[in-house]
Amino acid sequence: MASSVGGPKFRRGDRVRVLSLDVKGHVRTPWYIQGKTGVIERSHGPYLNPESLAYGGSGLPAQPLYLVRFNQLEVWEGYTGPGDDRVLADVFEHWLEPA
Amino acid sequence: MSNQHGHGDHSNEQGSSHPGASQDAELGHYARRVQALEALLTEKGICTQGEIQRAVEETEARSPADGARVVARAWVDSEFKARLLANAKAAVAELGYEAAADLPDLVVAENTDKQHHLVVCTLCSCYPTWLLGRPPDWYKSLTYRSRAVVDPRGVTREFGLELEPNVEVRVLDSTADIRYLVLPQRPDGTEGLSEEELARLVTRDSMVGVSNPHVPEPAPAD
Amino acid sequence: MPRVHDRGGWPTDEPIDRSEHQIMDWELRVSAIRQVLGQKGLLRSDELRRGIESIEPSRYEALGYYERWTESIESIIVEKGVLTRKEIDQKMADLEAQSR
Repeated sequence: MASSVGGPKFRRGDRVRVLSLDVKGHVRTPWYIQGKTGVIERSHGPYLNPESLAYGGSGLPAQPLYLVRFNQLEVWEGYTGPGDDRVLADVFEHWLEPA
Repeated sequence: MSNQHGHGDHSNEQGSSHPGASQDAELGHYARRVQALEALLTEKGICTQGEIQRAVEETEARSPADGARVVARAWVDSEFKARLLANAKAAVAELGYEAAADLPDLVVAENTDKQHHLVVCTLCSCYPTWLLGRPPDWYKSLTYRSRAVVDPRGVTREFGLELEPNVEVRVLDSTADIRYLVLPQRPDGTEGLSEEELARLVTRDSMVGVSNPHVPEPAPAD
Repeated sequence: MPRVHDRGGWPTDEPIDRSEHQIMDWELRVSAIRQVLGQKGLLRSDELRRGIESIEPSRYEALGYYERWTESIESIIVEKGVLTRKEIDQKMADLEAQSR
């Protein structure tokens, strides 16, 4: 964990949409959740930003990191499992907006 | 020709599914390349042979037996389990597993009658090496990284685990700074077992979530 | 189109190959070099990953795991000026010559 400016914007249970940011470099937001809506499952606290660290940067300001939960049926067209199945991924705050 | 790595003659058609594929018995291109890197780094005093050797030994010393100890303790000690789920790094430190400051944080996800967790890293191959040792080849394979998120039930079926439709399958994609370890369910019929006996039932794969722990052999009839 | 490393959900019917290869000494070494360079602040895992993700897509798919690591570590430390490509190539050639 790292220190960050301000507290986390989202709390457990908040609905969020994952942005599709056009970042060319190193990112940690997999393609399959971009544009999808999920629910904050857990707030991990602030972490240095990998998009900056990957290029020798300081990673500051640190970004709050969240575990976000998605319904499999909403992520994958034709998901064959039951409707309660979930996929969860860690997403940095600057990739999220309220939904 | 620094870009010409000449890997064509020892690459392998199955490269996509076999992470260690393109090595051969002779010292290949990459083995030589690593030798060159190591020689230069040590000659220039950037690091020492001893430091590299220690890092090899530290990683080799880790194995799924470490994770299994943690799981077995959680099965027998509900207060430890509560601490493990709340703050895994601090809880495993109680068992002597002190994490170096630069290690990623750890979160433990508990399987129950209603929820089953499965861990993958679709972007890379992040894995709780600290408690499980080096990841198996299949975990790093493009096939597992592709399929685990979209077809988790098909994946566990290949590992011999048929998940019931009323169980919520939760795939954890370790995309960032957290490593996930699954706390599998304690098998039925293990009430009389010691913590050490329980630990022997806990497999690496059950802590990744692709399968469940071993079920103990029934006691021989008198 | 996701980038080549962004692998989740890519269509494949392939079963998961559960065979293990015997880890080679050079794989242990490169993994250790990565750790040591990390401890010395010369190579962050984010940089290692960026280097891996920069490998040309068809090569990314063809290379083994620690082969990708080797390429990435080399490119990052060259970029940082820790070593030069020329001296690595020269050392390679010297080691080849010695082994003959």
